[in-house]
Amino acid sequence: MAADVEPFLRIEGVSKNFGPFQAVKDVNLTIGKGEIFALLGGSGCGKTTLLRMLAGFEEPSSGRIFLDGQDMTGVPPWERPVHMMFQSYALFPHMTVEKNIGYGLKHERMTAAERTDRVRAMLDLVQLTPFAVRKPHQISGGQRQRVALARALARQPKLLLLDEPLAALDKKLREHTQFELMSIQERTGVTFIVVTHDQEEAMTLADRIAVMDRGAVQQVGPPGEVYEHPASRFVASFLGSISQYEARVLRIEGAEALLDVPAFETPVRATAIPGLVEGEVLTLAVRPEKLAIHRHPPGGPNAIPGEIKDLAYFGKDSLYRVTLPSGQLISVHAVNARRGGEARPDWYDKVWVAFEPAAAILLRG
Amino acid sequence: MSVSRPFSIARWFHRRGWSDLIIGLPYGWLLLLFLLPFLIVLAMSVGSQAPTAPPVGFGGEYPWINPRGYQRLFTDDLYIRSFLISLMNAGLATLLCLGLGYPMALGLTRVAKSWRNILLMLVILPFWTSFLLRVYAWMGLMGKSSWFNQLLTDGWNLLVPVDWAVKSIPMMHSNFAVVLVMVYTYLPFMILPLYSSLERLDPTLDEAAMDLGSRPFRVFLDVTLPQSVPGIIAGGLLVFIPAAGELVIPTLVGDASTPMIGRVIADEFNSARDWPMASAVAVALLVLMVGPTMLYSRYQARAEEGPGK
Repeated sequence: MAADVEPFLRIEGVSKNFGPFQAVKDVNLTIGKGEIFALLGGSGCGKTTLLRMLAGFEEPSSGRIFLDGQDMTGVPPWERPVHMMFQSYALFPHMTVEKNIGYGLKHERMTAAERTDRVRAMLDLVQLTPFAVRKPHQISGGQRQRVALARALARQPKLLLLDEPLAALDKKLREHTQFELMSIQERTGVTFIVVTHDQEEAMTLADRIAVMDRGAVQQVGPPGEVYEHPASRFVASFLGSISQYEARVLRIEGAEALLDVPAFETPVRATAIPGLVEGEVLTLAVRPEKLAIHRHPPGGPNAIPGEIKDLAYFGKDSLYRVTLPSGQLISVHAVNARRGGEARPDWYDKVWVAFEPAAAILLRG
Repeated sequence: MSVSRPFSIARWFHRRGWSDLIIGLPYGWLLLLFLLPFLIVLAMSVGSQAPTAPPVGFGGEYPWINPRGYQRLFTDDLYIRSFLISLMNAGLATLLCLGLGYPMALGLTRVAKSWRNILLMLVILPFWTSFLLRVYAWMGLMGKSSWFNQLLTDGWNLLVPVDWAVKSIPMMHSNFAVVLVMVYTYLPFMILPLYSSLERLDPTLDEAAMDLGSRPFRVFLDVTLPQSVPGIIAGGLLVFIPAAGELVIPTLVGDASTPMIGRVIADEFNSARDWPMASAVAVALLVLMVGPTMLYSRYQARAEEGPGK
């Protein structure tokens, strides 16, 4: 889903101050109906504060939030058509699974039969029907997470907020739950906003990601765009791993630029970005998986000699750390696609690291 | 032990003899200072009055026991009445303590951490002064000529028609005074267990309930109150049980027409020197109090099976 989505949730210039500390700085976001939108950032980046403002637990110090055309300013949490799945799940320990899920329905104008039906449908949605009369402490962590989800979805909110939905699950369960969340979102059509510090979680779950740092949104876009076209050095290094070097523009040759990179000791070519001028100093960044490793000098452009300092063999792929002539390091991630043939590079081997001009990311600032 | 291992307190403690001794101590204590005296009281309750010291004797015909004390419990309405008054006064004091203590305990969990310890300290502070001294202070306050009584009297006279005006409010030597001083005395015993059970509650549960459409008062009813039931029960028993057997307060501020059971026991022992009767009343009181206590331990056992947080 692109940025031209029909606006359903509009966050307009929202800031939040706690005393002298500004937790959220002038955030502007437009989120479409039925979208899975991720707020990604490290701890203290303001993502949770933003989520709490959407839920109504905090009021913005300035700015407004519109949901489905309605101004949410001053609307208390209990009147918002917004429900939250808490990181700790916050299930009521003294109520059964069934009662937990049905809790929000008490406030809906519906008959007892309708209520029971809704709870049953929710239990069915998260496959917990056999556990309906258990208490939260009698079920597993993964089941608790599903109860929390069903409880938040039972009142059919316009917006579902998920605070680190997978953080408390172990790795195996996490992968499974990720796909389950996506399928439930598809079936219910509810707009999801996921807060996470885990870039992989954000990329697999979300249609679009907003990367946040120190209270401000750094970049918004679909996972592929944010990963392949990071807008800043922060975004580039926050998502995935990346090697960054200082570079100076020597010449511009059509769509490509010839750059002097002190770390490489040889000029390299990179796809130019708009407004590039000769002599400009910027950052050249390249992701490990975009690099190739050769035992002999390759024919194409951008081949830098080096020596393998470290390697990690994972079976299906390998990670190399190569010392460049300048002494700086570059990481190369290579898929072990071939079996037999020429031996893979080994410790202290002399190698050439090569990349396409298009693989190099040029970043200002 | 062939391999010398570093000294560890835990291992030293867990050596069988020590742990048995440590576990045995409270049992020994209870056996010696609770069960044994109780058995003596039980024995005395079926004895007969005798001109000896102690004034209890066993004799006459087989089976040498005298059920007179227990018979009088049910036939002399002094005992039934004072039992009822005791239960009512204790119940009333418990309810009032709950009503006063719950908001205070809840407030304690909501104030800033730095304030909490100071306020908790204030709850416990009265214990630093002798209990008797505090009762005497209340007697002074309730007395006809005290500024406190005069203040209340002036307030009363201001509010009611002239015909109802009084010189002073007769507070001393009334059942009202007994309940008032009991509430004052036992309030900390209600606040502390309530505070400890409320303080453990997860505040995100309140947010979750609010998020699901409940207004703050509803959140209190649905989430806070049911989870604090163990604290309510513990506080309730800590107030109710000693209040039901209270002797000093009714003796000092109470009134003879509404005797409480503690005072009846004391009178039988001291003035009437009828030890079998006094013992029978004491046994009956204990049996009455065992009921709620067992209810509480059953509830605790069930709560411990639940989420252990």
